[in-house]
Amino acid sequence: MREVAIVGVSMIKFGRYPDRDVAQLAARAGLDALKDAGMQINSVEALYSGNLYATSGSGQRILQQMGQTGIPVVNVANACATGSTAFREAYLAIASGAYDIVMAVGSEQMGKQGLLGSRGDPATSLEGRVGSYMMPAVFGMAGSEHMRAYGTQQEHFALASVKNHFHSTMNPLAQYQKESPLDEVMNSRVIAYPNTLLMCCPTGDGAAAAILCSAEKARQFTTQPIKVAASVLTSDPFSDRGLTLPDINTLTRNAAKIAYDTAGIGPEDLDQVELHDCFATAELLHYENLGLCGDGEAAKHVASGATWLGNKIPAKYQEDVAPFVDKTYAPKTHAVVNASGGLLSKGHPLGATGVANIAEIVFHLRGQAGNRQVEGSKVGMAHVIGLCSACTLNVLVK
Amino acid sequence: MAEAAAAAPEIRPLVPYLTLGETREQDYLNGSKCGNCGTMYVGPRLFCPKCSSDGPFESVRLSDHGEVYVYSVIHQATPYVKAPYIAAIVDLPEGVAVNTNIEGVEPDPKNIPFGMKVKMFTEKVSEDREGNSYIAYKFKPA
Ligand SMILES: [Zn+2]
Repeated sequence: MREVAIVGVSMIKFGRYPDRDVAQLAARAGLDALKDAGMQINSVEALYSGNLYATSGSGQRILQQMGQTGIPVVNVANACATGSTAFREAYLAIASGAYDIVMAVGSEQMGKQGLLGSRGDPATSLEGRVGSYMMPAVFGMAGSEHMRAYGTQQEHFALASVKNHFHSTMNPLAQYQKESPLDEVMNSRVIAYPNTLLMCCPTGDGAAAAILCSAEKARQFTTQPIKVAASVLTSDPFSDRGLTLPDINTLTRNAAKIAYDTAGIGPEDLDQVELHDCFATAELLHYENLGLCGDGEAAKHVASGATWLGNKIPAKYQEDVAPFVDKTYAPKTHAVVNASGGLLSKGHPLGATGVANIAEIVFHLRGQAGNRQVEGSKVGMAHVIGLCSACTLNVLVK
Repeated sequence: MAEAAAAAPEIRPLVPYLTLGETREQDYLNGSKCGNCGTMYVGPRLFCPKCSSDGPFESVRLSDHGEVYVYSVIHQATPYVKAPYIAAIVDLPEGVAVNTNIEGVEPDPKNIPFGMKVKMFTEKVSEDREGNSYIAYKFKPA
């Protein structure tokens, strides 16, 4: 397998674009990524398009906007890991030697359609009658499992929201850029306990793109190529309750082991992680799944400040966090988590998310992340999980 | 006015793994056991995702009591289900877990200890346009 580099990235500001269609959003991101790489569409040998709601042909419709060069198009759908799976297919195409330059693009237009809606005949719907299958419920129960195992409190999960909303104020591309102190997060209405409204990601529209090429060609386009040190995809292995309650942990742990082995690094080497905080509960679970802390230590880890920008709790939040600090806990990793504001604030247009997470890491590794820059970031990881279930991890190195 | 003879409304289980009896007291959850590896599943199965065999599967009557594994209090109403309510995963003694609602207790986390013993009951939860009734299973504190 050949070494693969990222030479161009972009994402449009996530939000609502009722006056655009999704192919236009994606074409904007695609053309911006080409500009970032200093190349024209004619150089791109294949397109990998991630989109969940489009029935088929999402990639072709993007080329019908930004340049119909007749190249192969692969359309990808893989739950919330759709965009990152498209990226990995693009990575494999370069690594295998099939192509020298390809584009991965992720896009989604969700409009006002949320993750809460129910489908089908209401008389035969199970939702609310035989438990709940809504995402907030699934991730509420995943949080409940952590509470049961380790005595984690609702406030611990809420701290992830406080952090990510704080980070988002420095990200002009985030859908929401609004701070929320702990009492505000805790007092917002409960959606699915322990997740309150401010602990759930918003839905919206968005697009992001990346240009990948072989490492030997990368210097033709940029002085700052970013190496893809590992690109991993797993699905959910059999687990005891997994067919009843989706197990979001095991497949992430499996992916992490492969990613660290492949990249030849450990969690202590990571300067930052963009992880799949679709709900605040998920962020803490993934600290442990990715080895940023030991099992049962996620609550202490978020309260220690390790995952906050600058690896410390900002002065204005120290009072909020103080009751949850364990002075005997010393973090063993320093990865800042979700410097972008995370899905919780940046937004989660399903197919766009995976590529956007990768773009965010690239911005930091190049030193282009503005006020939210993770100082001196050299190694970053992008994590995405989609239910039923798919997990991607991409390790990016300066 | 002559009308086509309408089929008599039926009483139907909302999920295939609920077997209805003559009365609601006789309803029970059904499961299946992989004849190759012994893994238990909720409801009927043709194939085993654990050992990758095609069985054969033995049909098993599941217990009507279990323990709350985890839960969430859902405050998002649907057009036909009032919120808040408790959605939970209940472990049954046969080694399977089911999605369910917990009733008979206020939907407040302080009332729902992990491991709480619960007992199953069934009741009509909906009716379609043809007048067919749908029966769902739920659990309440034992
Ligand atoms: Zn088996």
